[in-house]
Amino acid sequence: MTSSVVMTTDPQPAGSTDPGGSDLAVTSTGLTKRFRGGQIAVNSIDLAVPAGSVYGFLGPNGSGKTTTIRMLLGLVRPTSGSHTLLGGRIPQDSQRVLPRVGALVEGPAFHPYLSGRENLRRLDAADRTADPATCNERIATALDRVGLTAAAAKRYRNYSLGMRQRLGIAAALLQPRELLILDEPTNGLDPQGTREVRSLVSDLAATGVTVMLSTHLLSEVEQICTHVGVMHIGKLVAQSRLADLRAQTAQRVLVETDRPDDAAASLARIGLTNIERAIDRVSAQFGSVEPTAIIAALVHDDVPVRAFGPVPVNLEDVFVTLTGEGFGVSG
Amino acid sequence: MSAAEIARPLPAAPSRGPSLRFLFSELRLIFGRRRNIAGLCVLAAVPIIIGLATKYSGDGGEGGDFIGQATNNGLFVGLAALTVELPLFLPLAVAIIAGDAIAGEANTGTLRYLLAVPVQRTRLLAVKYAALLIGTIFAVLLVAVVGVVLGFVLFGAGPVTLLSGTQVSTALGLWRLLLVCGYMVVCLAAFGAIGLFISTLTEQPIGATIGVVGLAIISQILDSLTQLSAIHEFLPTHYWLSFGDLLRDPIETGQVTSGVISALVYTAIFLTAAWARFGSKDVTS
Repeated sequence: MTSSVVMTTDPQPAGSTDPGGSDLAVTSTGLTKRFRGGQIAVNSIDLAVPAGSVYGFLGPNGSGKTTTIRMLLGLVRPTSGSHTLLGGRIPQDSQRVLPRVGALVEGPAFHPYLSGRENLRRLDAADRTADPATCNERIATALDRVGLTAAAAKRYRNYSLGMRQRLGIAAALLQPRELLILDEPTNGLDPQGTREVRSLVSDLAATGVTVMLSTHLLSEVEQICTHVGVMHIGKLVAQSRLADLRAQTAQRVLVETDRPDDAAASLARIGLTNIERAIDRVSAQFGSVEPTAIIAALVHDDVPVRAFGPVPVNLEDVFVTLTGEGFGVSG
Repeated sequence: MSAAEIARPLPAAPSRGPSLRFLFSELRLIFGRRRNIAGLCVLAAVPIIIGLATKYSGDGGEGGDFIGQATNNGLFVGLAALTVELPLFLPLAVAIIAGDAIAGEANTGTLRYLLAVPVQRTRLLAVKYAALLIGTIFAVLLVAVVGVVLGFVLFGAGPVTLLSGTQVSTALGLWRLLLVCGYMVVCLAAFGAIGLFISTLTEQPIGATIGVVGLAIISQILDSLTQLSAIHEFLPTHYWLSFGDLLRDPIETGQVTSGVISALVYTAIFLTAAWARFGSKDVTS
């Protein structure tokens, strides 16, 4: 299984005729960050996040996701390269563009001795585009959306990690946004909270908001993302629709049988490759062979088959294919 | 609403023009913090201690010029308290607020969220410095007002004898005291600018505070070494005690003018440095 995934640099939504134009919510060209000391955290990445997508920005801890997000928001200055958010260049157009972007960067951060509500009020007060007349109402709505209404008057220092994460998301939702950049939004949440946040992200995406969601959890990408970009040691090693990424990965067939040796021989005869054999099953890579031909061959060879089907594509395998290693911490 | 509709660049987000909301939020943050309230209580306690000690020790002559005068007129309790607090307590108050300003926000991580709101970096510094100035004015006036009010209660109001020996009315005395407060605010504002700059260098608010206070103390030590008289006039604290000249009749303007110029130069230099440093800084906290 080698180089089966082609790097897609231009994942345009269907019907798009304007590459690099206004239907990309986030773009970058050769975006690079080299920190003092020479370490390259982000190495010439070309992001293309289609508007309206839920873009999973996937990579192990230390692969450069957070540094990329800090550059996108103008917190960290790129060593080279450029990028745009919602069609505006950063940092030149920051003041125009960033009010339409909600962000959660490297975990929530608030003043510990202020309540959740006071913390949101402070962020709102700092926003020149926010209407003070609707401040309380917007804060109440945002708190309600993340299920924090009951704890709104509690000091932030007494919040659990999950509540802090929710408050961070509430801050990103204080205003109507067109783009949400969420860095590990389910970090520290319990299974129930994780489900709620994922469902919230899906709801927002359904209203047309573009979501760029960084995560190290493959399952998160599989559950809610339409597009995926994979980071590995500072490089964007793949970027495409999730479905395309799966399709480009070699499909395998699984045959459950009591006679794996015979089954393996049949599969080999009709041209399947990479055959793997276990005590009661055989799996192999389809290649260009039709599934119907496989069944016919097995029947023809009198191999008893208990079950037959495609092996579900596992993103973890995809990731291993892309990087040649497991999903640990990038060094 | 389709995706394409969403992504079409919209007109500039409407900015609502100059607003004091952020500054008020900043002041609420400063004055709402228990540690700062406790600090203000300490500042206010000094004139109370001086007033009560002078009243009930029955011995007004040993505490130095101003403290000795307190028995003649309550106004001098405020003045004595300011004099006692100027070398350490007031710079400490300024240093604490300055440490919180940028380093404190970086330490809690809230700095990145403020910048992502977005708050322009120059605007953030401007609001932080404005709040620092207001905090300084408040601290100085607090000491003066507590001292004067308590002084009037304990010793009564009456004609004020200035340092030059001239007697003036209480109203004129209060005016002179206000001038002294103004002069101290200008001097401390320069220290606030230094503090704001140091605050952009670190993510540890305590470190920034200690740095600023340390600078104030070192400056005063150097200022006391006669061997170093060549550099004295360039020290940021050198002209601080010249406020006494505002209590003469007529006012001796020489040292005070130099003090104001020195403070303004320090303010300009360090605000520029803070701006240059913070404007280009990678915020990785």
